[in-house]
Amino acid sequence: MSLANDLYRETILDHYHNPRNQGQLENPTVEVEGVNPLCGDELTLYLDIDNDKVNNVAIKGKGCSINTASASMMSEAIKGESIEEAHKIINLFKEMMLSKEDMAAMPDDLEELEALRGVRNYPVRIKCALLPWNTLLEGINGIKSGNIAHGKTIKPHTVTTE
Amino acid sequence: MLDVDKIRKDFPILKRKINGKPLVYFDNAATSQKPQSVINAITHYYEYYNANIHRGVHTLSEEATEAYESSRSKVRNFIGAKETKEIIFTRNATEAINLVAYSWARQHVLPGDEIVLSPAEHHSNFVPWQILAQERGAKLVFLDLDAEGIVDLNSAAKIIGPKTKLLTITQMSNVLGTIMPVAQLAEMAHKQGAIVLVDGAQSLPHLPVDMQKLGADFFAFSFHKMLGPTGVGVLWGKASTLESMPPFLSGGDMISSVWRDKVTFNSLPWRFEAGTPNIADVIGSGAAITYLQALGMENVHKYEQELTEYALAKLSQIDNLAVYGTHDVNKRGGLISFNMAGIHPHDLGQILSESGICIRVGHHCCQPLMRDLNVSGTARASFYVYNTKEEIDSMVEALKEAQKVLGHVACK
Ligand SMILES: Cc1ncc(COP(=O)(O)O)c(C=O)c1O
Repeated sequence: MSLANDLYRETILDHYHNPRNQGQLENPTVEVEGVNPLCGDELTLYLDIDNDKVNNVAIKGKGCSINTASASMMSEAIKGESIEEAHKIINLFKEMMLSKEDMAAMPDDLEELEALRGVRNYPVRIKCALLPWNTLLEGINGIKSGNIAHGKTIKPHTVTTE
Repeated sequence: MLDVDKIRKDFPILKRKINGKPLVYFDNAATSQKPQSVINAITHYYEYYNANIHRGVHTLSEEATEAYESSRSKVRNFIGAKETKEIIFTRNATEAINLVAYSWARQHVLPGDEIVLSPAEHHSNFVPWQILAQERGAKLVFLDLDAEGIVDLNSAAKIIGPKTKLLTITQMSNVLGTIMPVAQLAEMAHKQGAIVLVDGAQSLPHLPVDMQKLGADFFAFSFHKMLGPTGVGVLWGKASTLESMPPFLSGGDMISSVWRDKVTFNSLPWRFEAGTPNIADVIGSGAAITYLQALGMENVHKYEQELTEYALAKLSQIDNLAVYGTHDVNKRGGLISFNMAGIHPHDLGQILSESGICIRVGHHCCQPLMRDLNVSGTARASFYVYNTKEEIDSMVEALKEAQKVLGHVACK
C-alpha cells in the first residue's frame, strides 16, 4: 500500500487537475445534487437524456482529488451510452469499489476506471469515489420511474454515499 | 513550565508507530489522548469496587459512591463553582446544552424572543437553538465576527437588546481557535435580563477558567477533550437557576418519592441525573482533573501558546497556505485551521496520515461558518500538552510533501 500507487496515480491526478465535462447544461433533462456531509464534497450533475440515451453530461462541484477524478472519469464513461449500458457501468464500478473479493479487471473500454481501484485500500475515501456514481444513479432512476418532470432538480435528501 | 518529555511518558498511545513513523497526534480538539492515571482509575474501579452508586449499603457501593461524588468535588474546585450541587454530569457537552434547551429554554423562550449566538458555534450549540426557535416562534440572531474571527463588541452592543432571552456562545472557536470576549458579552446580556450559556468544550481543556469571573449562568464541557474518557460531560449552572428548572430526563435516581399518582423530585444535582450514570468514566474524569491540576492550567496555556506561535511562524513560510483567524496568540488557542490553495483538505489529511500525522479535515461541525468562509472545509491541527515543536516540524515537512504529490495545483 502506498499513496502514490493507490490514491494519487497519474491518471487520477490528471483528471483532478483537468476534470472533463465541467460546467453546466443549458436545458438538462435532469439536474441532480449530491452531497457527502462527512467531508463536504458537493456536486451537481446535469444530464441530457433522450431516447434512453445519455447524450450529454456536465458536472459542477467542489471535491477532493478522488471525488473530482471519479466524477470526471464517470462522465467520460457514460457519455453517449444507453441508460441500460450506463446502469451496467455503474454496477461494475460499484462492485469494484465495494465487493469483498477483488473483482476481475474492468473491460478494456473502461480501463481508465481501474485507476480508482486502489481507493479500496482507504475505506474513508471510498465514499468520495462513489458520490458521483450514486448521484448519477439517482438521476437515472428518477427519470426511469417517470416521477421526474423535464428540467427538474433532484435535491439530496440524505447521505448519498452507500 | 511543563516537562514535556516526562508528560509524554504518561501517555501510552504515544509509543505507537503509524506506517513505521512515530504517531503525531494533532487532533486534540476532536478528542485528546488519555494518560495512564486516567486509564488506571477506570480499570481499578471495574477490577476492585465496581457497584452501582447511591442507596447501596454494602462496601463496594459505598466506595463507588464516594469515588463518583469526589469527581464532582474535583470539578467544582477545577472550575471555581460555589457548590457541588451546581455540577451535573451528562454524557457530553452536547447533552449539557440540550439539558438547558429542553429544561430551561422551553419554560422561558416565548414567541418573538431572541436567542443571540455567534456564527462560529459548533452544531452542538447551534442546532438545539434552531430547533427551539422554530418550535417557539423565537428568532436566532447572529453576532458579527471581526477580521480576526473574534466577536465584534461594538456591533454586539447593538444586537443584544431587550428581546434577548439567551446569549449562547463558545468561549473558544473549534475552527478559528479564537477566544471570544465572553465576560463582556455576558455583561451586556445580563443588563438586558438575558441568561448566558457558555460552551466551554474547547476552552476549559486549555485555559484557566473560573465560574466566578466568567459571567455565565450555564457552562458546558466534555471530559474526552481534556484527557478524560468519552461519555462524560458537565453542565454547570447557578444553583438558583438550576433549582427553578423542571427535570430533563426522568426515571430512577432523579426522584425523591413516587406514588401511584404523583412524584416528588430529588434535590440538585441528582434531579438532573436520571438513571445509572457513567460511573467508571466519571471516576476517570476525576483522575483527568488531578492530572491537569498537577500541571497547572496556567502552564498548560503558556506552553500551548509557545507551540502555537512556533507553528504559525512555520506555516507562514509555506507558499499558498492560508491560516484562518487571528495570528495573535494572546487572542487564540492552540488549534489552527488552514487551507492550501488547490489542495482539498481531504487530500491533505490523507497525505499527512501517511506520515503518521493525525489532523482533522472537513467542516468541523460548523457548516454555517464554512459557508461564511466560503470553503467546503479546512484542515485543522490542534495541540495539547504532549505535543512538541519537533512534531510541528514533521507536519510542515509533510505539508510541503503534499504540495509536491498533488503538484502544480496552485495554478489551477
Ligand atoms: C466548541 C464545541 N462545542 C461542543 C462540542 C461538542 O462536544 P461533544 O461532542 O463532546 O458533545 C465540541 C466538540 O467538537 C466543540 O468543539
